[in-house]
Parts: sequence; structure tokens; C-alpha cells
Amino acid sequence: MTLIEILGHFNYWVFAILLMVGFYAVIVKHNLIKKLIGLSIFQSAVFLMYITMDKVEGGTAPIIQPDLPDQIYSNPLPQVLILTAIVVGVSTLALGLSLIVRINERYGTIEEDEILEAD
Amino acid sequence: MISLFGIFLLTLLVIVAIAIVHTRNLFAAVMLTSIFSLLMAANFFILDAADVALTEAAVGAGVTMVIFLSALALTAEREKRRTYTRSAGLIVVGVTAITLIYATFDKPPLGDPDAPVHQHVAPYYIEKTPEFMGFPNVVTAVLASFRGYDTLGEVFVVFTACIGVLFILDARRGVGSMYGRRGRGLHHHHIPQNVGRLLVPLIVLFGLYVQFHGEYSAGGGFQAGAIIATGIILYGLIEGENAALAAIPRPALLFLMVGGASLYGLVGVVCMLLGGHFLDYSVLAENPVTGRQIGVIAIELGVGMTVCGALLSIFHAFAARKHS
Repeated sequence: MTLIEILGHFNYWVFAILLMVGFYAVIVKHNLIKKLIGLSIFQSAVFLMYITMDKVEGGTAPIIQPDLPDQIYSNPLPQVLILTAIVVGVSTLALGLSLIVRINERYGTIEEDEILEAD
Repeated sequence: MISLFGIFLLTLLVIVAIAIVHTRNLFAAVMLTSIFSLLMAANFFILDAADVALTEAAVGAGVTMVIFLSALALTAEREKRRTYTRSAGLIVVGVTAITLIYATFDKPPLGDPDAPVHQHVAPYYIEKTPEFMGFPNVVTAVLASFRGYDTLGEVFVVFTACIGVLFILDARRGVGSMYGRRGRGLHHHHIPQNVGRLLVPLIVLFGLYVQFHGEYSAGGGFQAGAIIATGIILYGLIEGENAALAAIPRPALLFLMVGGASLYGLVGVVCMLLGGHFLDYSVLAENPVTGRQIGVIAIELGVGMTVCGALLSIFHAFAARKHS
């Protein structure tokens, strides 16, 4: 394997590392807001993987230019899926945060172990 | 050269992500999340995803951060010091990371034109968009027309999540902690206030451009809704809640949200009444291409209205709540 071939997978390695950094925050941290931040890092990692797949060597953004008939375009499909997923992601995140706000009003804490003790 | 820059950005991304998880100061973590989103947007741009970069920059670096900050204002700013059992978590995460990285060697390298993902429907979308739609942005064409059902579903997910937030955080009377002292915004901070006042109209104008030029350049309803929402949120933060609600009152926000989602569904029903399939826009005018253009513009407007209304309603729900 040459260096270029190895670096061709670099984006996917970053995807794996980011996914695991987010996952670590979700399973190890006790603070509920920290868990949600971890979850949004996890989500961003998945976005990165999809967008990495759309790239075509020598391509450009998929907006057709009629005066350049030989232009190569990157794949529009993963872009559409992720574009909508980002907006859905922020609204579900807000739903999670509103639950945390209510938990804090009820228990006076957002640390998971203290909530479990209080129950 | 551009790939070197990409590697640089991705390395920064990993460093920022580790810093976010490591810091105990949640305020710093939220600020770093915003930087993380901006780096992610730059990465998306390098990977030819202009529309996605625009969305990530507006939503991730703008709206997400404000919603996180308003949640922090209602809860706690610092994570408590704990004695964790870190080792078990680290082992699980380490093993999974190694497995995932091992699995990536089966994936085609970055930019490979023969990758399976480029063989399926994508060439058809790219080839047929100018002929079917008469406008050049393939992403808008796929979003609004080829895969219009998906987008309808996504719009209703945003709508439902926002209804959920409004139910969980019912607006109480009083002034929330997000609007500074006595709810007058940044009344005593002249520089942010004046710079903000200059920026708000430009942000909203840019949002409208992105909405109505989305067929010809990067843009569309999702991006425009998010950009306009950030403009109004900025206005609310610098002028106070009353000014923001005077600009767009709560009933108007609900109308935007419900009206946008209904407009989308209604376009589909009108297509059926005119003898086509659900969301088959070609029957909307004599010329099928014109019909599709009318359909795409109408549903993009619906998407923009719903996203803008939903994000602003969520912001107001958090910002108007009193600290318990």
C-alpha cells in the first residue's frame, strides 16, 4: 500500500475516532448535558462518514454547469440525506435538553448517579 | 494540497472533540461544540457538499449553541467531580475503535469513482435533473422532487419534536434568564448591540436569498429556515424577549410551523386531485417542467417556514423559562 492509498482512508479513521469519543462521553460521563454533547459528536461522526462517501475524485458540488459538459459531479444523494438529518438532529437535541431541564427542576441536579440515588 | 488541508482540519476536529469530552466546564464544552461544527462545515465544503456545509454552519454553529446555552442557564454550568470507573468504558471504546478502523480498509478510498455508492441512482439524478427540472442544483432536485417523500417525513419529525418541546417546557409568565438583567437584552453593552443591529437585517436578507435562489445555487428551505432563525435569535438576544416577540409574535411562529408543514402536504394532495400521484408535481402546470418548478418552489417554502418557526419556537420555549 502506498502512502496515498493509506491516506485515502484517513477520513474514515477520523469518523471511527469521533464516533468513539462521542460514545465514550455517553457511556462514562454522569452529567446529562455532557451525555447529549457526546451524542451530538456521535451524530456528527456519522454525517462525516456519509459526506466522505459522496466525494468523487476531480468532482465538484452537484450544481450542473451547462457550459462545462465534461465536468464530474460528486454524489448528491448522501448530501440530501445528511442535510435533512442535521436539521432533524437539532430539533431532537432540543427535545432531549428540554427533558433535562425538567429533570433539573424536579431533582435539582443533572448528575445521573444523584438522580438515581434520589429515586 | 487540498487533501493536506483536509487532513489538517480533520486532525483539529479530533483534538476539539477530545477537549469537549475532557473539560468539566460545560460552558467551555458548548463553545467548543460550536467550533467543532464550524470545522465540520469546512470539511463538508472540501468534500464538495456546499449545501450541507451551509446547513451545518447555520444550525451547528448557530442554533445548537444557543439552545445548549439556554439549557445551561436553566441547569448547571459545571460538571461535578466524580470518581468514575473509566477503565471499563475505555476498554469498550478502544476495542470498538480498533474494529471500526480495521473495517474501514474494506471501504473504497476517498474519491474513488468506481465505489458502489456512485453506481446506483446518483448518475440518473445528475443526468436527468436539467431535463426534468430546468434548474441546475441537483441536491435541491433530489430533496424536493425525486425524494420528496423522505423530506416530507423529515419536516414532520422537526414539527413533532418542536411540539414535544413546547409541551415539556410550557411557557410560564415572566422573564427568562437568557435575556440579561430585566429582560432588556444587551442594553448596557454598546458594541455587541450595535454590531448585532447591523448584522440582523443582512442575515435575514441572506436567508431569503438562500430560500429563493436555492434552485440555482447552494441553498433551499432547510438552510434558509435555519439562517433566518439565527438572525431573529440574535435580534432577541440583543434587544430582549419583548422586541423579538413583537417582531414575530408566538401565534405567527405557530402559524409558520403548522402552515409550512400543511403547505407541503397540501401540494401533494393538489397533485393527486389534478390526476397525478402524491407529490408528482408535473401535473401542476401544462408544461411538466414548469409544474415541477412550481411544486419545488412551493414545498421549499413550506420547509423553510416549518424549520424557521420550529427553531424559533424552541428558542423562545427555553429562553422564556425561569430558573427554578
